[in-house]
Amino acid sequence: MVELALPKNSRMTTGKTWPKPDGATNVRKVQIYRWNPDDGQNPRLDTYFVDMDSCGPMVLDVLIKIKNEIDPTLTFRRSCREGICGSCAMNIDGINTLACIYGLDEIKGDIKIYPLPHMSVVKDLIPDLTHFYAQHASIMPWLETKTNRPAKEWRQSIDDRKKLDGLYECVMCASCSTSCPSYWWNSDRYLGPAALLHAYRWIIDSRDEATGARLDELEDPFKLYRCHTIMNCAKTCPKGLNPAKAIAEIKKMMVERTI
Amino acid sequence: MSFLTDYKRVAGLGSAKSGTEHFIEQRLSAIALIPLGVAFLYTFIGALGAGHETVIETYSRPIPALIAIMFIWAMFAHLRMGLQVVIEDYISGERARMRALIINALIWRGAAIVGVFAIAKIAFLA
Repeated sequence: MVELALPKNSRMTTGKTWPKPDGATNVRKVQIYRWNPDDGQNPRLDTYFVDMDSCGPMVLDVLIKIKNEIDPTLTFRRSCREGICGSCAMNIDGINTLACIYGLDEIKGDIKIYPLPHMSVVKDLIPDLTHFYAQHASIMPWLETKTNRPAKEWRQSIDDRKKLDGLYECVMCASCSTSCPSYWWNSDRYLGPAALLHAYRWIIDSRDEATGARLDELEDPFKLYRCHTIMNCAKTCPKGLNPAKAIAEIKKMMVERTI
Repeated sequence: MSFLTDYKRVAGLGSAKSGTEHFIEQRLSAIALIPLGVAFLYTFIGALGAGHETVIETYSRPIPALIAIMFIWAMFAHLRMGLQVVIEDYISGERARMRALIINALIWRGAAIVGVFAIAKIAFLA
């Protein structure tokens, strides 16, 4: 459902402003969304000042520095710090991206960090991705075959393998789905760009024998056809992938098997 | 409140196994409306402001009448399908959505029939 205003208990308030570091000359202002499920308060925007002379070059470095040196209660997910695990996806400077591979030099002015939009928040910068992961599971993200398992591997030509490029790299960070207005309004039924990109990754896999069944499952006004090629997904993807194109390819296959 | 698993929530009522027809029809009507729109405007502008008799004379000829009928039919079909998508996107209450979809499905079909009837009346009775 379209929501033009935040519910009362989600409205932002002005949070705490933390003191500036002593003796620092190169300081940047960082504003971070904070929400604690245990204190019954509305979310707030805390302001920190970070000494950039002793900070790494990425947004994740700022977050880790704040957690280590200023405010240990700041909560966020992170793991690999090189854009391969997808844990640290958040809204930075208005863009859904991975904090670990988003350079501070790309941000003009103050650094504003929010959790991924239009998701339930677990705490601070951590969105609840339960539903997102269940949607991924629903597209059967594995090889489906009927033929007896070959003695060695399922063989695939170099050309067919190339069809998976631009699809297999997805790390399921949820940046694309949470940037999509269609997903904001109808995520209960629309699978969203990430799940659909993964669906296409298996539909186009030459070794998979469930192509028809996969298309059957997706042929639905909501699961698939809520995509209106808004293209936010392709614009925001921190891995440079194009989920909108994958969805368009699925639609083309739907048409192909209908006419 | 109910204790549904995450997977159960996502599975919902399953796939409707439809939507492609709607997708194709919407694009076909869009393509059809490009030449039909130009042709309709061309015939309509000639009669515009030229008085009752000229309008009757124009639409009693088969080509302008057929162009007008096809344009009205395709335009209202395209409008109905487009608005259906908008309703599905933006109205989420089950009852409100159903109500809006029913009104949308009926009103534009009705409007198309009225338009076609009007042109046909002129074409056949003038």
